[in-house]
Amino acid sequence: MAAPAAPRSGRSLTVLALVIIALYSWMFISGNTTPKLGLDLRGGTSLTLTPYIPPGEQGEVTDEAVDQAVKIMRDRIDGLGVAEASVSKQGSGSSATIVAQAPGTNDRDLRNQLGQTAKLTFRPVLVVAGPAPITASPSPSPSASGSTKPSTSASPKASGTTPSPLSTLSPSPSTSGNGRPAAGLPLATTSASPTPTPTPTATPAPSPSPSTSASADPTASITAADEAAFKKLDCSKPIPVKQRPADVSTKLLITCGDKQDAKYILAPVAVAGTNVSGAAANLSGGQTQVGSSWVVDLTFDGTGAQQFAKTTQELISKASPQNQFAIVLDGAVVSAPVVQGVIANGQAQISGNFTQQSSTDLANVLKYGSLPLAFELSDSQTISPTLGADQLRAGLIAGLLGLALVVVYSLLYYRGLGLVTVASLLVAGLLTFGMLVLLGKSIGYTLTLAGIAGAIVSIGITADSFIVFFERIRDEMRDGRTLRVAVETGWKRARRTILAADAVSMIAALALYFLSVGAVRGFAFTLGLTTVIDVVVVFFFTKPLMSILSRTKFFSSGSKWSGVDPSRLSRRPVLPVPVPVPKSTGLVTAKEI
Amino acid sequence: MSRLGHLGGDLYRGDVSYNFVGNRKRWYMISGIILLVAVGSLVFRSLTLGIEFSGGSVISVPTKTGTVAEATQVALDNGSKEPIVTEVKTASQRLLRVETETLPDNGDQKLADALIAKFSAVSNDVTTQVVGPSWGGEITKKAVTGLIVFLILILAFLSLYFDRWMAVAGIVALAHDLVITVGVYSLVGFTVTPATVIGVLTILGYSLYDTVVVFDKIRENTRGLTSGARMTYSSAANLALNQTLVRSINTSIIALLPVAAILFVGPLLGAETLKDLSLALFIGIAAGTYSSIFIATPVLAQLQERRLPMKALAKRVTAREAAGKVSVPATRASVARGAAVAVADGDAAHHDDATQLPLSPKGPAARPSARPAGPGSKRSAQKRKRR
Repeated sequence: MAAPAAPRSGRSLTVLALVIIALYSWMFISGNTTPKLGLDLRGGTSLTLTPYIPPGEQGEVTDEAVDQAVKIMRDRIDGLGVAEASVSKQGSGSSATIVAQAPGTNDRDLRNQLGQTAKLTFRPVLVVAGPAPITASPSPSPSASGSTKPSTSASPKASGTTPSPLSTLSPSPSTSGNGRPAAGLPLATTSASPTPTPTPTATPAPSPSPSTSASADPTASITAADEAAFKKLDCSKPIPVKQRPADVSTKLLITCGDKQDAKYILAPVAVAGTNVSGAAANLSGGQTQVGSSWVVDLTFDGTGAQQFAKTTQELISKASPQNQFAIVLDGAVVSAPVVQGVIANGQAQISGNFTQQSSTDLANVLKYGSLPLAFELSDSQTISPTLGADQLRAGLIAGLLGLALVVVYSLLYYRGLGLVTVASLLVAGLLTFGMLVLLGKSIGYTLTLAGIAGAIVSIGITADSFIVFFERIRDEMRDGRTLRVAVETGWKRARRTILAADAVSMIAALALYFLSVGAVRGFAFTLGLTTVIDVVVVFFFTKPLMSILSRTKFFSSGSKWSGVDPSRLSRRPVLPVPVPVPKSTGLVTAKEI
Repeated sequence: MSRLGHLGGDLYRGDVSYNFVGNRKRWYMISGIILLVAVGSLVFRSLTLGIEFSGGSVISVPTKTGTVAEATQVALDNGSKEPIVTEVKTASQRLLRVETETLPDNGDQKLADALIAKFSAVSNDVTTQVVGPSWGGEITKKAVTGLIVFLILILAFLSLYFDRWMAVAGIVALAHDLVITVGVYSLVGFTVTPATVIGVLTILGYSLYDTVVVFDKIRENTRGLTSGARMTYSSAANLALNQTLVRSINTSIIALLPVAAILFVGPLLGAETLKDLSLALFIGIAAGTYSSIFIATPVLAQLQERRLPMKALAKRVTAREAAGKVSVPATRASVARGAAVAVADGDAAHHDDATQLPLSPKGPAARPSARPAGPGSKRSAQKRKRR
C-alpha cells in the first residue's frame, strides 16, 4: 500500500519547491518584494461614496451610470495631480458604491471634489479666446495679440475632439467650415468693450429671426470685472473642479475649455442638463457609406425641447462666436458647437470631426453628466503615515507572536509531529506572502490591516488541518497499525474531513467577499486565499512529508520525541485515571453517569 | 500535556467516555440560560454602535502634552454637542481621539483645523474618519445579506455533503454561537465596529469548521448502524464526540492562540481594528468549540432518534442490552456495578459506549473505529467500576 507512495511523495515535494522557487525568483527579479500596502498601513485618504437619486428626481442607479461617474471622478482626481490615486466601483446595481483612494493625507480636496454631482448645462457663448492669459491692457495691443491667439486655438479646436457645428437632423458638409473661425470675433468684442458696446455684428445680421427681443446685445451684461477676470484666466493647464468657477445658472460663467484649448465667457444657462433625455453616438448616413462620419444625436425632454428651440432661434442669426452653444460639465466647456438651424422638436445632432471614441465620450457626458445621480459621502478616512506604520508594526508583531504560540504548543504536544506542523506553516507562510506580492502586482490587491488579521486568524485554521491529519494517524495507530500504514489510511480519512471543513471556510470567504464592502472584503480575500493555500500545503507538502518521515527510523521506531510514541498512544500500564482536562470547563466526567 | 495524550487513546477506545449526548438536557439548560441573558441584554441594553454605524466623525491628533479636557473644549467650541475624547497610545505617538456626532457643513474639517491649531500638530499626522448618517444602515444591510446568503449556501452544502439532519444541527449550533457573541458585546458594552462585524462573520466559518470535523466522525461511526443492534445513534454519536475530543480541544487552543496574540498585542500598540476583530473572534471561537460538542451533536442525535429506523434500532439495542445483562454477570467480575449502571440508566439512548462495548464481539480489523475487544476488557471493567 505504501510502497508506491515514496516516489510520488518526493515528486510532490519537488514540484512544490519549484513553485515556491519560481514565485520568489519572480519577486526578486521583478523587484516586487513586498505586498502592496493599503492606505491604513501607509497613510492616505479613502472615500466611500454611495450614489442615490435625490428626492423628486427620476431615474435609477444603474451600473452604467455609476461607471460613468467613476470615469468623471477619475478625470477630477487626475486634475488634482495626485499620484497613484484610484477610483473604483464596488458591488453592482443599486447597491454599488464608489471607493476613491489616494496616498498622502493632504487630500481634503479629494473629498470636496468627488462628493459633487456632475453638473451639465447648456449656455450660449458670448466670448471666446485662446487659453493663455491676456496680459496687456485694453489698448490696441490685445486685439493684435488676440488675433494671433485665436488662430492657434482655432486649429486644435477644429482638428481636436471638440466638435464644431451643431446642426439640425441634416448635417451639411459646409457647416464644418463655419465652426472654425469661431474664435476670430470674440477678441474684437473684448477689445472693443471696456464699455459694453452693442456689437453691430449681432443685430444687423440678415437673419430671418423673428425674435426681436433676442437682438439686444447679450454681451451687455459683461461687466468690467468679468472682463478683467476673463483676461487673467489661464486655461493652458488643467484646472481642478474645485477651483473652477461655480456654475450658477442665472449668472455669467467665465471658464475654460476642458482640453486647454480655449476660454469662454458664457451667458446664463439656457437649458439644464437634466432636461437631456438621451444621447447616442451614431454614424451619419449609414454604417457602410464611405463618406459617413460620427455624430452625436441628442434628445431633450418637453421643457428642454421648448427651451432649446427658443435658444437656437435666438442664436442662429448671430455672428460667430455668439452663434455657438457651450456644453458645460462641472464648470468646464466640453464642446461648443455652432448652431446651424432652429431645432424645434428637441432632436438635435452634433456633427464635426468626431472619431468613434470622441463621439461616444461626448454622448456619455450628455447622457450621464445630466443624470441626476447624487453621491453621499458615506465614509471618509484619512490615516496619517505615522499611524499607518504603527498599525503595520502592531499587525506584524501580533502575527509573529501568534505564530510563535502555535509553534510552541505544537512542539509541546506533538513533539516530532510538531516539527512537521512548523515546517508546513512555514511553507504556507512563504506561499501566502508570495501570493500577496504577486496579486498586488497583477490585480492590484492591497494588504490592509483587516487582511493581516485574516492571515493571522488563518494560522490557526491552517494548523487545524494538520491536527485533523495527525489525530487520524494516531487513531489508526491505536488500532494497531504501523506508522507507515497509519499515515496512508489516516490520510484517506482525514483528506475528506479537511476538504469539507475548508469548503465551509471558502464559502464564508466568497459570501463575504461578494456581498460586503471595504475592510470586510480585504479580510475575506485573505481568508479565501489562505484557505486555498491550506489545501495546497496539506496535499502537496504535509502528506508527502509524512509519507517520507514514516519511513525514517526516528518516527517508525516510535521514539519518545516523535509524537507517535506507542506508549503514549496506546493504553497506559498503570491505572490512575487521567485528570479530565475539560473538568475546569464544567464538563461532566464519566464518573457521574 | 502528556496526560492529554493518554486521554486521547483512552477516549478513542472508549475506556474513558464522557456522556455528552446523554446529558443533553443539562447542556441545553446551560446554553438556554446563557442565551436568555444574551437576548435579554440585547433587548434591554442593546449594542453600543461605533460611528461607522451611527454616523459622525473621529479626529485623532498627535500631541505630547495636550489634555482630554482641552480637546473636549475645542470640540464644544466647534459645535459638537457630545464629544467623546479619549487618549490613545500607539507605538510611536500619543493621540487624542475626538469623537463627535455628525457636524453639518464640513464642520469636521473646521474642528480638525481647530485641533491642529490648538495642539500645533502637523496636519499630515492627523487621522480622521467621517461617516455619513446612512452608511451604517447600508453596511448593516450588506452584512445581513451576506449572512443570509452564507446560511443558505451552507445549508445546501451540509445537506449535500452530510444530510439534512446534520445541516439543521450545524445551523442551530451556529445561531447559538452568534447570539452568544453578540450578547457578550451588548452585556459588556464593547463598541461594535465594522471590524467586529468581520469577526462575527468569521465565526460563522470557524464554528462550522469545528462542527464539520465532528460530524464527519459521527457519519463514519454511524454508517450501517441500522443494520445491526450494536448501539443506538446517540451512543455512536457520543463515541464519535469522545474520539474527536482531543482534536477539538487542540484545534480550539491552536485557533485561539493567534487570536489571543492579536487581542493582547493590538491594544498595546494602538491598533483598534485588530482589537475589535480579535475580541469577537475570541468569544466566537470559544462558543463555537462548546457548541459543536454540547449543542450540535446532541441536537443531531435528538433529531435522528425521532426517525423511525432509529427508534427501531433503539428498541433492538435495548432488547439486546436486556438479554446481555443476564449473560454478562456470569463472565464479569463487576457484576453489581454493571447491573447498577444498566438499571440507573435504563434509556438506551443514554448509554455511553463503554457500557456497551463488552457486548460487541467485533475484532479490531472489522471496524477501525471500534474498540479492540480482547485485551482491553479487563481494564474497561475496572474503569466502569469507578463510576
